[in-house]
Amino acid sequence: MSFDKLQAPPFRELLWRGFFSENPVFRLALSLCPAVAVTNSVKNGLMMGLAVWAVQVLSSLTIAIFRNFIHDKVRIPIYTIVIAVWVTAMDMTLAALAPKIYSEIGLYIKLIVAFAIIISRLELFASKFPLIPSVLDGFSMGLGFLFAMVLIGAIREVLGNGTIWGVTLIEVRPILFLVLPAGGFFTIGLLMAALNWVEKGRHV
Amino acid sequence: MSKQATLLNDHQIEVVVTKPGVPSPSEFRLTSKKDPDILIPIQEVNVIPAKEGGLLLTTGVKVDPKGSYQLIDTRTGAEWLMAPSLFGVVITVLLTAALVQNFVFTRYLGLCVFFGVSRKRETAIGMGVTFTVVGTLSGLLAWTIDRFVLHPFRLHFLQIIVFIGIVAFLVQMTDTILKKINRPLHRKFGIYVVLITTNCIILAVPLLNALNENGFWESLALAVGSGIGFALALFLMSCARERTDLAPVPSVFQGLPIAFILAGLFALAFLGFSGLKI
Repeated sequence: MSFDKLQAPPFRELLWRGFFSENPVFRLALSLCPAVAVTNSVKNGLMMGLAVWAVQVLSSLTIAIFRNFIHDKVRIPIYTIVIAVWVTAMDMTLAALAPKIYSEIGLYIKLIVAFAIIISRLELFASKFPLIPSVLDGFSMGLGFLFAMVLIGAIREVLGNGTIWGVTLIEVRPILFLVLPAGGFFTIGLLMAALNWVEKGRHV
Repeated sequence: MSKQATLLNDHQIEVVVTKPGVPSPSEFRLTSKKDPDILIPIQEVNVIPAKEGGLLLTTGVKVDPKGSYQLIDTRTGAEWLMAPSLFGVVITVLLTAALVQNFVFTRYLGLCVFFGVSRKRETAIGMGVTFTVVGTLSGLLAWTIDRFVLHPFRLHFLQIIVFIGIVAFLVQMTDTILKKINRPLHRKFGIYVVLITTNCIILAVPLLNALNENGFWESLALAVGSGIGFALALFLMSCARERTDLAPVPSVFQGLPIAFILAGLFALAFLGFSGLKI
């Protein structure tokens, strides 16, 4: 197999990519819908992040196991079906375990199936590398996404509502409109700009 | 079945009965069409003096002025059906999907494609038109399969897999047919057709239809409305982004960050529609 000659990057490199250099939300600007929609509190952001993380790892695992059996011409439909199966499983699990949060973010959990980030990791990584690196890649990318979700959620909840994880932190609500729908766009835009600024400083 | 019963607001019903006298509240049966088993309590019955046989019923709980209800007078067995007109429902769903709850600016769906193709006005229009057409087709196909296959056989858990399959199938089909019958059109719109699969609005519409148990016309209205809303958002955004490309934006904000800020401003503006009562 010519594929196996490709050297998989070490875990540390993969983690760095998932968190910073190729962060799904801030860098690749993929899977933005949930990043804006469900991050008005840390709890929702964490739950969404965990769901995506689990789907990413499990789909990477499945594709990495079966990568030698999947014909090149039908690979995209197969990726979609695999993701849809895991999303269905995750959808049912969350509906049973956390019905209250599920009632708020249920639609977005179902829509994980259309996330470009998951399918792009399968196409770019899991279909080419063996089991262990693929799972680690899915792990880091999912973690990067989770990190972004929690970060945005925390900023919006603290500044918009004065609370964190539902616990009151400050009595006033400094920037109330951040919990409003539009706040998500502003938070992500400013965070992206901040990341650009940090990286510029690093290279100078 | 007479139609002389109307919902005045969320707790009052005006009805004209044939039998004289003031009936007690318990002699009326009011049920919602959605849950025909649950009786809605009626608190009091008052006579409207100006109208012969006119009665004003006050319900104990709030009712939805836009919902469908059935009222039965148990003394005579007369039935009244109160339902909003189909046209009204369709227009409401359409305007809600396009403006009040715009899929991009208030529900945040389809953002990847939204930020991807809103750089130029021309591509924005192409994507908007293509999406509206394919989205309507997929919404209707998904509704048909959901109603006549998934629903009768209790296969709800397969919804996600079936809907994504329908979308993939339809996108492929549109692409192939367009290529065969109209080459110039395919050259112009083909790339957008392929991009549609990554747009989560196209999946959200059938899921929302299934969740709300929408009928055919409502599903059609939601599909068309979401397409119009998406096209509108894309067009507005592309007009604004063409200008920011020429403006002296700080270097760290160039590209996506400023686009996000712009989208935030649009979302704030669209918040104004939430006061719109339809």
